[in-house]
Amino acid sequence: MNGIIEALGGIWNIRDAFAEGALVTIQLFVLTMIFAIPAALPVALGSNCKIPPVRWLCKAYIWIFRGTPLMLQLFFFYYFVFPFIFHAPQVSALTIAVITFSLNYGAYLAEIYRGGIESIHKGQYEAAYSLGLGKTTTMFGVIIPQTVKRVLPSVSNEMITLVKDTALVSCISLSDLFRVVTKQVSARSNPLLYVAPAIFYLIFTFLLTLLTRFLEKKFSVTGEKGSEKK
Amino acid sequence: MISAQNIIKTYGNKTKKTQILNNISLTIADRSFTVILGASGSGKSTLLNILSGLERPDSGSIRYADTDITFLSDSQLTEFRKEKIGFVFQQYYLLPNMTAEQNIRMGADLAGNPDYRETIRAVGLENERKKYPDELSGGEQQRVSIARALAKKPDFLFLDEPTGALDEKTGRQILAYIADIHQRCGVTMILVTHNQNIAEMADTVIRMNSGRIETEQKNQTKKTAYEIAW
Repeated sequence: MNGIIEALGGIWNIRDAFAEGALVTIQLFVLTMIFAIPAALPVALGSNCKIPPVRWLCKAYIWIFRGTPLMLQLFFFYYFVFPFIFHAPQVSALTIAVITFSLNYGAYLAEIYRGGIESIHKGQYEAAYSLGLGKTTTMFGVIIPQTVKRVLPSVSNEMITLVKDTALVSCISLSDLFRVVTKQVSARSNPLLYVAPAIFYLIFTFLLTLLTRFLEKKFSVTGEKGSEKK
Repeated sequence: MISAQNIIKTYGNKTKKTQILNNISLTIADRSFTVILGASGSGKSTLLNILSGLERPDSGSIRYADTDITFLSDSQLTEFRKEKIGFVFQQYYLLPNMTAEQNIRMGADLAGNPDYRETIRAVGLENERKKYPDELSGGEQQRVSIARALAKKPDFLFLDEPTGALDEKTGRQILAYIADIHQRCGVTMILVTHNQNIAEMADTVIRMNSGRIETEQKNQTKKTAYEIAW
């Protein structure tokens, strides 16, 4: 028992490395969300576009990024796309990770948005058009505000998955929380150090759950009798 | 005056097409109250959508005085609907994330009418104006829907089965309210219903069957909402 307490006490000794790793994890999460959440909207709209090339392009993007493993995408961008296609080997692993994660999560979020938009009853479009709203105003002023509430639980799930997926960046030598702790575990032969990142991830996801519950409450001031899909 | 000539509308794809409207021609006098009567699938709602500019016909023309709306571009048609048309739906289609007042105000703002409060008073919703659609009864939601359409001060009011989702008592109240609006505002009113009793309230009754106009008759005497059978 004393050994376990002593081993757990070792967590304090890795606090600096832990903080550095946690910062990378948080950066990766925040930047991915900042890019993926808005970028997914045009893809969602494009995947229902009446212009076939736009629709095909959006669907192909979604198919590729949802249909291949995230780790493979990380390797592909880190070892091939940036050094050989863009001739930019100097681009940091964090930048590549943010781009890859944003593209991957953008594809998932686009599908969530598309489903949300399609779930709005066509009567809402007709009502907006009858009032004299144009197509763009109808989409951004009427349909999307109603969609936000419906997609929040799914987006929340994606955010929680993203927190845990950030650990994958250790495969491209990015010193995120998981990688720095793994190094410390090896150096100190103390596997109980993994308790620290586990607690970090749990707290992180718990806070995200609280945030999304707050947002869901904020957006659920009303029911939606008038907009139910029949 | 609305004058529709040789309206044809077909739905479906290349392999299977269904003709909804088959060479419809009709004239609706200014300030009249016209009921379009027909069973489910007779094409009456499609006709209403086309007359109001919500949908375009495959062929034929729809003239409002000197304007043939079938020649208008999408943006011109949007502007036309904004200025001239009010539309009331069976399922209300209020914006669920807006209060009754905000829904009504939206219609008023679009038409540049500052007197939306007057419309709220006229529909007797002063005490309910801060409520969201989900917190209102069916009859109250329909009154909001009517007020939203009227707040634009339209020249033409289209009503698609406005009492279809209401019980008898509320339905009669709404019909009485509609008849009152017609008398007070002098708006040209076109109401679609499958309930032939409601037709007794109208100036003109157009009966539809299988995408064609079967008969068109003028009522010599009109009944009130409380005199008709239900």
